[in-house]
Amino acid sequence: MLDKTIKQLSEGLAAGEFSSEELTRSYLKAIEAKNPEINAFITVTSEQALAQAKAADAKLHEKQAGPLTGIPIAHKDIFCTQGVRTSCGSRMLDNFIAPYESTVTHRLAEAGTVMLGKTNLDEFAMGSSTESSFYGPTRNPWQLDTVPGGSSGGSAAAVAAGMAAAATGTDTGGSIRQPAAFCGLTGLKPTYGRVSRWGMIAYGSSLDSGGPLSRTAEDAAIMLNAIAGHDPKDATSMDRPVDDYTSRLNEPLKGLRIGLPKEYFGEGLDSGIADVVHQAVAELKQLGAVVKEISLPRTELSIPAYYIIAPAEASTNLSRYDGVRYGHRCDDPADLEDLYKRTRAEGFGAEVKRRILVGTYALSAGYYDAYYRKAQQLRRLIKEDFQSAFDQVDVILGPTTPSVAWKVGEKDNDPVSMYLEDIYTLSVNLAGLPGLSVPCGLSQGLPVGLQLIGNYFDESLLLNIGHQYQQVSDWHQRRPA
Amino acid sequence: MSLDRSQVENVAQLARIQIKEDEMADTLASLSNIMSLVDQLQAVDTEGVEPLANPLDAQALLRADEVTESNHRDDYQLIAPQAEKGLYLVPKVIE
Repeated sequence: MLDKTIKQLSEGLAAGEFSSEELTRSYLKAIEAKNPEINAFITVTSEQALAQAKAADAKLHEKQAGPLTGIPIAHKDIFCTQGVRTSCGSRMLDNFIAPYESTVTHRLAEAGTVMLGKTNLDEFAMGSSTESSFYGPTRNPWQLDTVPGGSSGGSAAAVAAGMAAAATGTDTGGSIRQPAAFCGLTGLKPTYGRVSRWGMIAYGSSLDSGGPLSRTAEDAAIMLNAIAGHDPKDATSMDRPVDDYTSRLNEPLKGLRIGLPKEYFGEGLDSGIADVVHQAVAELKQLGAVVKEISLPRTELSIPAYYIIAPAEASTNLSRYDGVRYGHRCDDPADLEDLYKRTRAEGFGAEVKRRILVGTYALSAGYYDAYYRKAQQLRRLIKEDFQSAFDQVDVILGPTTPSVAWKVGEKDNDPVSMYLEDIYTLSVNLAGLPGLSVPCGLSQGLPVGLQLIGNYFDESLLLNIGHQYQQVSDWHQRRPA
Repeated sequence: MSLDRSQVENVAQLARIQIKEDEMADTLASLSNIMSLVDQLQAVDTEGVEPLANPLDAQALLRADEVTESNHRDDYQLIAPQAEKGLYLVPKVIE
């Protein structure tokens, strides 16, 4: 039961094979058994989950259930959940009981999902391995000495280990797609502005996108149906029609034009990953897709552009943690200045401080033009590269990551080497495009992700391709031993 | 590029983050490393390119300026480090 998809569970609930309460109890039991080793959850909300499950069972009984009614899921601990601690993986918010609810978690609750708990993440979502959390690292269920990716690593590990049917994540530079790739899951980063950021603790506000991590593209479509759409509480959320993301899943891929950016298959790509991605391309060709090589010439420059823009926005966003209104406050401050400085020195971990300092520097007097403005100019050039590519092809395909999950602790003392691992995902956030990672094989016994990048608001096409690929492959059905 | 100590101290002051003496060497080294990475930007010709702030080039949506929320002050102050009579308390600022 615990490795079924949302779709299958929903059918089982509707047929009365099991109740949501039974399902929820099974997941809670799995969490109790596995979480001490994997550390995917920061907070488990058993009582709330069982109450929601009972309410869902009532709806099911009254035949008023939707596709998500009674489905137990987990939320990345970056989404504010009213009355439940929302830590963002930081000592700064260790005592923060959110006084309001994020739009994403609200909409999923309204759709009838059961919240099992809040998952671990890199502190304030700044990282690619879920090692920088104040609550300790999360382990990859595929090999416990490797990282699950990040920053949504707790969400990915929870689903991969059968501790939740699906989970929410956020993606600022790859934080949904990369952990999905590392843990053998499907992960969707929607177009910027498609999913409301209200109540999603801010990192880089012009980059942050909330989205699902699930077992299949079909499940991701079901989740996106619940969370997509305009929200007056987020001024950057787009007011335009929302697709039924499940409606095009079964369309044939005949004539689909796929572009392979040569920069995504060059030096630095693990050869095992290159092999399985090429095999997936061959299978898509069999389904009728037409493949051509394209170029995204500024791919490498997305790293410096991102590592200016994201820290700059973070330094601004994280100035709110001042020890005055909520969160950590240092003991016995001598004066207000001392209160700010020690609160922030104690409350933030090393990587968060690094990014705040880099961002502060990039925005400071005399450097703004050389860094922040320059990075934003490059950002436009990167967006234009994608736009020229979409004149020639319908979708862009490549590996999600240049390597599979690395060992816990391996990149501890070398932040820059970890930044380089984001090479294929960062530019998608800079351009604001949707991206989907689906499992497409194993390398060194660890899952490999295939990344599909679509044009703006073309999530339906990405999910269609993912779903069609999952009809002819079984990588999404593989589970960690 | 490498940063010098006074630059790091200045940035830490702007960011209101205390850096202890025994953290200074590491902070200097890692920030210098990151700045060397991002300095690759400087080689790109961006003359005349309009900076991109919102990836969709979208303008923030405006709404009518109407009251839509009730007062949550008491709820919000429940989680404050120190609050009294509806006020947030901080160390004395004015003598």
